Amino acid sequence: MAELLVYLAATLVGVAFLLALYRFFKGPSSADRVVAFDVLTIVSVTAIALVALAEGRGIYLDVALIYALLSFLGVIVVARYLERGL
Amino acid sequence: MSKARNFTLLFATLTLFWVLLNGSLALDVLVVGLVAATLIAFLFRDGLAVVSELRTSPRALITTVRYVFFFIRELVKANLNVARIVLSPALPLNPGFVKVRTRLKSRMGRLLLANSITLTPGTLTVDLDGEWLYIHWVTVDTADVEAATAAIVGGFEEYLEVMYG
Amino acid sequence: MDIVGGLLLVGGAAFLLFGGLGLVRMPDVFNRIQAGTKATTLGTLLGLAGIACLQPDWALKLFLIGLFILFTNPISSQVLARAAHRSGARKSALTAVDRLEEDHGA
Repeated sequence: MAELLVYLAATLVGVAFLLALYRFFKGPSSADRVVAFDVLTIVSVTAIALVALAEGRGIYLDVALIYALLSFLGVIVVARYLERGL
Repeated sequence: MSKARNFTLLFATLTLFWVLLNGSLALDVLVVGLVAATLIAFLFRDGLAVVSELRTSPRALITTVRYVFFFIRELVKANLNVARIVLSPALPLNPGFVKVRTRLKSRMGRLLLANSITLTPGTLTVDLDGEWLYIHWVTVDTADVEAATAAIVGGFEEYLEVMYG
Repeated sequence: MDIVGGLLLVGGAAFLLFGGLGLVRMPDVFNRIQAGTKATTLGTLLGLAGIACLQPDWALKLFLIGLFILFTNPISSQVLARAAHRSGARKSALTAVDRLEEDHGA
């Protein structure tokens, strides 16, 4: 039962990823793409945690943590750039 | 704010995070963490707003706990709200940018306020300018500064005022 | 416990899905940020809580990830929204009022 729920969750996360990916490619403005990128990385954190769960490897959680950290910095930098150039 | 207090608070916070991150209390892990925490806390002894502006009176601590629960409730409400909007075929929106004023003086208090507003129903902090906050509101009920302030800021400010001033 | 974890996980994933859906359906960048931040923040928190129920050993680290997301997500949204507004992003025709533009110019 629990396993089934995990599969269901993974599917939903996958669809969320695809929806965000659609916005990422469609744009139209760069701000839209950055928002989509932000959502993509947040969704990825859960996805990585799910992989860690499936593989039973806790070390992958560090990957998720660092990923969240880098995506935060990335979004801030790009937003700065949009505002007034680097 | 005394330097000793800043140092102690920062040191305690860093050590706690180090232990959480490692999930272990083994001696070698602990020593590295303590050395790093001491060094960083010493470098930032003049104050890091996150810790130096936090009040540590019992009343402030109790308020912090109550604030967390209030915040979680608002966060859940916000999400049900988003779900309702994106799932309804008509997409019921009436967006706009409104202006609100905060009584909070400390930087940390304002930061937490702005963050809380962003995570609660239908509102997103777009810009801060001193005591003024500009909010993107998915369903603008009122564009009046006072009324919008009461609707958006009111709940959080009571808590944050005690926590940070 | 396993079932609770599984249900939390599905609930979280559902909110992530709503976030994605909002991203696609909302009419302008500001409304997209709104849907994107809120739904993904709670979605991630619930998902991580679910995993913590399934793997109690990981609870501490998952808690830390959740805490980090909770603090940084609204900040990146706010910075992004401000950048979008300042760089003159297109606003939905539905937009009723813009006090920010009145005070600071586009």
